[in-house]
Amino acid sequence: MENDKLILGGREFTSRFILGSGKYSLRLIEAAVKDAGAQIITLAVRRANTKEHESILDYIPKGVTLLPNTSGARDAKEAVRIARLARELGCGDFVKIEIMRDSKYLLPDNQETIKATETLAKEGFVVLPYMYPDLYAARDLVNAGAAAVMPLAAPIGSNKGLAAKEFIQILIDEIDLPIIVDAGIGRPSQACEAMEMGAAAVMANTALATAGDLPLMAGAFKNAIEAGRAAYLSGLGRVLTRGADASDPLTGFLR
Amino acid sequence: MDNQYFVDSDALSQAALEKKHRLENDPSSRTDHMAYLPGMERIQSDIMDKVIGQMKGYDPSKYTARDVRAALEHETCTIEDFKALLSPAAEPFLERMAEKARLETRKHFGNTVYLFTPLYIANYCENYCVYCGFNCYNHIRRMKLDLEQIEHEMEVIARSGMEEILILTGESRAQSDVQYIGEACKLARKYFRMAGLEIYPVNTDEYAYLHECGADYVTVFQETYDSDRYEQLHLMGHKRVWPYRFEAQERALRGGMRGVAFSALLGLADFRKDALATALHVYYLQRKYPHAEMSLSCPRLRPIVNNDKINPQDVGERQLCQVLCAYRIFLPFAGITVSSRESARFRNGIVKIAATKVSAGVSTGVGDHESKYSGQDTGGEQGDEQFEIDDGRSFDKMYKDMEGQGLQPVLNDYLYV
Repeated sequence: MENDKLILGGREFTSRFILGSGKYSLRLIEAAVKDAGAQIITLAVRRANTKEHESILDYIPKGVTLLPNTSGARDAKEAVRIARLARELGCGDFVKIEIMRDSKYLLPDNQETIKATETLAKEGFVVLPYMYPDLYAARDLVNAGAAAVMPLAAPIGSNKGLAAKEFIQILIDEIDLPIIVDAGIGRPSQACEAMEMGAAAVMANTALATAGDLPLMAGAFKNAIEAGRAAYLSGLGRVLTRGADASDPLTGFLR
Repeated sequence: MDNQYFVDSDALSQAALEKKHRLENDPSSRTDHMAYLPGMERIQSDIMDKVIGQMKGYDPSKYTARDVRAALEHETCTIEDFKALLSPAAEPFLERMAEKARLETRKHFGNTVYLFTPLYIANYCENYCVYCGFNCYNHIRRMKLDLEQIEHEMEVIARSGMEEILILTGESRAQSDVQYIGEACKLARKYFRMAGLEIYPVNTDEYAYLHECGADYVTVFQETYDSDRYEQLHLMGHKRVWPYRFEAQERALRGGMRGVAFSALLGLADFRKDALATALHVYYLQRKYPHAEMSLSCPRLRPIVNNDKINPQDVGERQLCQVLCAYRIFLPFAGITVSSRESARFRNGIVKIAATKVSAGVSTGVGDHESKYSGQDTGGEQGDEQFEIDDGRSFDKMYKDMEGQGLQPVLNDYLYV
C-alpha cells in the first residue's frame, strides 16, 4: 500500500479522494484536506470569477493540487476558453472538462467533451474529462489525450451511488487510464465499492457538503476509500465471486 | 374585493383624462391585446398552446388530501402532482412541502444563496398598466440616466461589493431604445461580473445585440397568464400585446442569452392558475431549450406612488410560501428569486426552504443609489419608484444575515463566454 500511488499528468498522489466543486465552503475544504486527506480539489473557474470578497483561491491550502473545471461550458469551444482562462488565473495545467447542455440533470455531453479534450491535451493541459460511462467515448478520450477518464456514477448531486456500476466496470476493465468515479457517490460504502471494483479514485462533494458532521464524514470517506483500495489490491476473495459453486465439479468428466 | 386601481392625477389635461376614463370604462376603446403590432416578431412555437391548455383545464378545487400525499411521496413530481401541491388541499401540508422543498434545494444548490441588486436606469413608460407606479398616467418624477450617470450609479453599487446587476427600464422604446440599453450593458461589464436585463420585450436580433453588449440573462414578467384578465389591466401601449410578451423568453434564448426568468405578478388574477402557468412555461421551454438556465420570481402586488391601497389580495405569505415550495418540488433545478417586495422575516425564512437568490441594497427609483447608500441627500435629480419595497437591507447587512442563517452568500458563479 505504501508504494501505491495515483499518477496523473506525471504527478504522484497518495490520496485517492478528490473533492468535487459543486457545493463549496471553507469548512468543506478544510474537512476534505484535513480529515479526508484530499490532495486534489476541484474548483469551478466561474465560481472563482469573483472580486476580493470571497476568492476561493485563497481558501485552497498550499500543497494541494487545484483541478479547475469548466462548468458552465455548453460546448467544446466554451470549455477550451474557460480552461485557458484558468491557466491565466494561475490555476496550473490540470483541467477537468465539464460540458453540459442540459440544465436539469447536468449530464455531460460526451461528443463535445472529446473535442475539447483533444484541443486542450495538444496545448499541454493534463485533461481529466467528466463523462457519461460509454466505452466508445472513453476510447475516443484516450486517443484524444486524456490523462484519466471520469465517468459519473449517478446524476450529479443525487447521492444515488453506483447507478452506472456495470458500465463503469467495463471502463475499468478496458481502458488503460485511471478511471476516477465522479458524481452521484452518496455514502462511504459506495465509494468503497467503486474502489473495490478497481477505480483509481473517487470524487465526491454533495455527500460531504450535506453531511451532519462534516469532519466525521470526511474521515469516513477516507477510510472507506482506503479499505476499498486495499481490497482491490489484495484481490477479492471467493465469497465475493459471482455465481455459486457446483457441488460436483463441472469438469469432472474429463480424464 | 378587487383593488381600486384607477387614480386620476390633477396634472392630466382634460383630453388625457377623457382618454384615460374611456380606456378604463369602455373595452371597445381598447386595442386587440392578442394582435401583434407592426415590428413585433412572430415566432413558430407550440409552447403557448401547451401552457395555456394546461392552465385552462386546471381546477384547483378538485384535488384532495390524498392527491397531495401522493405528490409528496413521489420521487419525481409530475404535472398532476404539481397541480395538487398548488391546490387548497395542500394548505394543511405546508410544513411537509417545505421539508421536501428544502431537501431539493440543498441537493441542487447546496447551502448557497446568490445576491444581486436591480438598477433602474429610466422610468419613462408608454403603457397604462393600472397597478404599476410607472404607468404613463401616473404623475411621478420621470427620469432617464445618461451614460455618465449610469456609470456613477454602477460605481456606487459596485463599491458596496455587489457583483451581479439587473438593469431595468420603464417600458418605453422611445425614451430607452435598445442602443441605450446596450450601452448600459457594456458599462455593466466593467463594474460587475454578471449582468441581466429586465426591459420591455424585444425581437430576437435585438436580444442577440444585447447579448453581444454583455447581458446574458433576461427577465420578463408575464404579469398574468390569464389573457382576458391581462386585457383588463394593461389598457394601453405595446405591453398590452399579450402573446408577444409570452414569447419573449424564447426569443431571448434564440438570441443567445444563457438564461431567462419568468413570473406572474401574484394578486392580479387567480394566483394558483398563474403559478401553474408560470412553472409550466419554464417546464416546456426547458424541454425545448435544455441548455438554458431557468429561474422564477414570485412578486406580489405592492403599493405604488399615488396609490398606497394596492395589495396582493388573497395571496398571503402562507400562500406565497406554498407556491414557492411547489415550484421547488416541481422544478428542482430552477433558480428562485425573492425580491425586496417581501419582508426581511419572510426572506430569511424562505431562503432556508426554496429561494436561491435575493436582492439587497435595493432602490426601485432612478438615480438615487448614492443618496440611499450614503443616507445623505446628494442633491441630484431623482426619478420616482416603481413600487414600495419592504426589505431595505443593505448589501453588507444582507450578506451578514444570510451567513447568520447558516447559508453561504455567493456573489458570482458565472463567466461570460
